[in-house]
Amino acid sequence: MPHTLYDKIWNDHLVHEQDDGTALLFVDRHLIHEVTSPQAFEGLRSSNRKVRQPSLTLAVADHNVPTTDRSKGISDQESKIQVETLEANCKEFGIKLFGMNDKRQGIVHVTGPEQGFTQPGTVIVCGDSHTATHGAFGSLAFGIGTSEVEHVLATQTLVQKKAKNFRINVNGKLPLGVTSKDVILQIIGKIGTAGGTGCVIEYAGDLIRSLSVEQRMTICNMTIEGGARAGLIEPDEKIFNYLKGRPMSPKGETWDKAVEVWSNLNSDNGSHFDKEVSLTAEEIIPMVTWGTSPQDVITIEGKVPNPNTEKDLDKKSSIERSLKYMGLKPDTLAKDIKIDKVFIGSCTNGRIEDLREAAKILKNKKKASHVHAMVVPGSGLVKQQAEQEGLDKIFIKSGFEWREPGCSMCLAMNADKLKPEERCASTSNRNFEGRQGRGGRTHLVSPGMAAAAAIAGNLDDVRKYQN
Amino acid sequence: MQKFISLKSIPTYLPIVNIDTDMIIPKQFLKTIKRTGLGKNLFFELRYDEKGKEISDFILNKKPFCNSNILITGKNFGCGSSREHAPWALLDFGITCIISSSYADIFYNNCFKNGILPIVLNEDKIKEISEYSNRKEEISVNLADQKIIYGNNEISFEIDPFKKKCLLEGLDDIALSLEKSDKIKSFENKVKNQRPWIFND
Repeated sequence: MPHTLYDKIWNDHLVHEQDDGTALLFVDRHLIHEVTSPQAFEGLRSSNRKVRQPSLTLAVADHNVPTTDRSKGISDQESKIQVETLEANCKEFGIKLFGMNDKRQGIVHVTGPEQGFTQPGTVIVCGDSHTATHGAFGSLAFGIGTSEVEHVLATQTLVQKKAKNFRINVNGKLPLGVTSKDVILQIIGKIGTAGGTGCVIEYAGDLIRSLSVEQRMTICNMTIEGGARAGLIEPDEKIFNYLKGRPMSPKGETWDKAVEVWSNLNSDNGSHFDKEVSLTAEEIIPMVTWGTSPQDVITIEGKVPNPNTEKDLDKKSSIERSLKYMGLKPDTLAKDIKIDKVFIGSCTNGRIEDLREAAKILKNKKKASHVHAMVVPGSGLVKQQAEQEGLDKIFIKSGFEWREPGCSMCLAMNADKLKPEERCASTSNRNFEGRQGRGGRTHLVSPGMAAAAAIAGNLDDVRKYQN
Repeated sequence: MQKFISLKSIPTYLPIVNIDTDMIIPKQFLKTIKRTGLGKNLFFELRYDEKGKEISDFILNKKPFCNSNILITGKNFGCGSSREHAPWALLDFGITCIISSSYADIFYNNCFKNGILPIVLNEDKIKEISEYSNRKEEISVNLADQKIIYGNNEISFEIDPFKKKCLLEGLDDIALSLEKSDKIKSFENKVKNQRPWIFND
């Protein structure tokens, strides 16, 4: 019987399966951070349990860390305790940690791939919903809760039920200025935030294959915004080349054997998908979100919806609620939405290619005077690479702040946040009410679109700014 | 984990769709290193104004709903972040049963790890049961029978048998998995043999 890539990874990791389909799945790679792990370690201690395989877990502090000068440590006491708790737990249980002052420190989903910890065909979990990012390498990667973090630490397995197979095909070529962020926003707009619930999504088609490794990560990253816990892509030469020589990648003969195994990770012809959706790349236009759910997307040429044209009462009240929160009038043109802040960063768009894309638009241009703009690289290594390429100078010259790596204003757990009613063009992944600060208003965009918004002072079409 | 067997309470009806975990418990409360004490911050931005004062017309700030154990809510409840702080906050507030037409996957799983029963019903039934919130009348939930009883009516709900057993008995699933240590051990040996690069030691 033909199998999908998801089926194959699932079958390869079955430790045990009950008659009712409840399975114990082996976990190859476990990433942890300071926010969702302390209670898990506390649980281990109170039950007198050990970490079963410390070498299969990697820790990094990212959510709480300041993005300004770190030489004086963390001033927020609660954040400080959480980061120190992670350090203490890693020491006690023998887990490798990239501390706040390690140049390898960064957002967990940037660090994992960068170090070669992320590998094809593996099951990867983390107490963070954007773990889906790692699916770009052809792994089954998904977010878990803290109780499950504790379960993985204690048993190196997870109790799971098999999800459905959902394939999204994107074929064709993307027009100039359109990126993988626009593709995934378009997909979420199409399937809705619950469209992938209960499914694992495989992204396929010649457009997906043509994307770079980092562009694929952007797509898989936001799979959770479409309701699916995991999204994956068949690994290919681009993936193998990306991983070759990374610190935690296999070496020598083992590398050759790994590539041989990885090369067979694909969905068989004729394998069954419970759901399938197709998009044509040429039809995708730069996207922005207007509301408070990632499915609230319009093109930069479009306008904000009018609740009076919506017949479904639930949808109508939902639009009204979002418009009120966002401080927008129905039928406003996307390009007429004035912004106060620009945030470039996050596990969605904080990698080197994202920074290059934004810098290309910003080169020799200034941000609008009323806009406050910042770049937060996804990791210390991304920051270092960008500085070697002189991207930091381009950002600073155009009026951006150049920060230290972390999650920053994507979720505003540290000091980087929006004030009430401030409006932000953000390369992050969630535009929920209060996500970037209480009362803050988020418009999700690609890095190029964020750069264009910074220059114009309002949402604008990046295609106008192609240098 | 505390057991869930049955429950009787006046339900709270919060008819908002796509309630995300940021809304259930905002990030400033994720800095805790404990599981408890989050109830006072549940739905923080809906419950308190910018000065921290209770918003009097928000349902959970009103009697009898401030003592409610059942939350009826719009579809796709618990979407977004994987934070288990969301079920911890609900539990700490006293909510141990949720009724919605759908849930986000991670949140749904997290509920079962904390003795919370998330029930799925169709939209029509939800509208019907929500009347009991409006009328401030109690409804009953019985997990063993998989039934909700309201007035003279009752309705059955579906639940995964294994998840049901864990809730009814308050089972520690780590202990259950550790009973399979031998199987895990032999699986690890197989991995070392077939995919030696996984164990990087």
